[in-house]
Amino acid sequence: MRKSWWKIIAVILVAYTIIAGFLLEAPRLVILNETIRAMHFHVPMWFGMVIMLTASAIFSIRYLRTGNLKFDIYAVELVNISILFGVLGLATGMVWANFTWGEFWSGDPKQNASAIGMLIYLAYILLRNSIADRQQKAKISSVYNIFAYAALIPLLFILPRLTDSLHPGNGGNPGFNAYELDGRLRMVFYPAVIGWSLLGLWMAELRIRLNFIKSKLNEDL
Amino acid sequence: MKIYKYLLTASLLFSAFLAKTQKMAIESEDYSNQSIEMADAMRANGKIYVLVAIVLLIFIGFIFYAIKTEQKVKKLEKELEDKN
Repeated sequence: MRKSWWKIIAVILVAYTIIAGFLLEAPRLVILNETIRAMHFHVPMWFGMVIMLTASAIFSIRYLRTGNLKFDIYAVELVNISILFGVLGLATGMVWANFTWGEFWSGDPKQNASAIGMLIYLAYILLRNSIADRQQKAKISSVYNIFAYAALIPLLFILPRLTDSLHPGNGGNPGFNAYELDGRLRMVFYPAVIGWSLLGLWMAELRIRLNFIKSKLNEDL
Repeated sequence: MKIYKYLLTASLLFSAFLAKTQKMAIESEDYSNQSIEMADAMRANGKIYVLVAIVLLIFIGFIFYAIKTEQKVKKLEKELEDKN
């Protein structure tokens, strides 16, 4: 129990998100209507992804500083779960976009940028799998991971703001942004972000432990 | 694992970043605005609770499975430790 308190919190928060996200009153907004509730499910995927990729980049730096393969395993498994979060974020975003913006893919700058971001991280996995030597694999992919992170942040948070985007809070687009001002949405949204992120971290932890077992069997660790 | 510390720091930084990005407010009138169509009928006759119950059950099912998987991982870890 000592080590699993955060998993319990994750489950409680996501369960709360499902209940409150569907049942609590939501603002009645044009175009969005009831779909505003997707904010508690679609947006946390991206938040979770960015949080876990940040952790992954930090672990890559730590690997390069220490040469300890443990950190490389943390980094790669965090990227794996982040890719799942990103793919889910893209997919849910497309469904949401179809009903609010009119088509699944409208070439929105943020849509394009997040797709590019996903490709960059898929290349990280490809790069890893193409190098046989364990230390070399870790070293080269750690460097790549840090660069990938440095590319992802402007792609997601800076470039879409420089031009018009359909996403709220970007470019000249009005739309909702309740994070600061609307307490009722925030009451679900923040717990949702924390809950989904912790859930992702739990899945990452499972994969990390499996990876440790595998590495010990291969006598890498 | 020190992973939590990183998560905490990252989420704090991120929410600070987020707080700066707001653009257009949602007013309290937005909640009472009856001209926008919402799924009020579904709420009125209570069927929404059925939906929430179903989603929640599936979520709990997956969590149960994840816990079971974790127990299997733990067993493997122990086995490996005993071997060495």
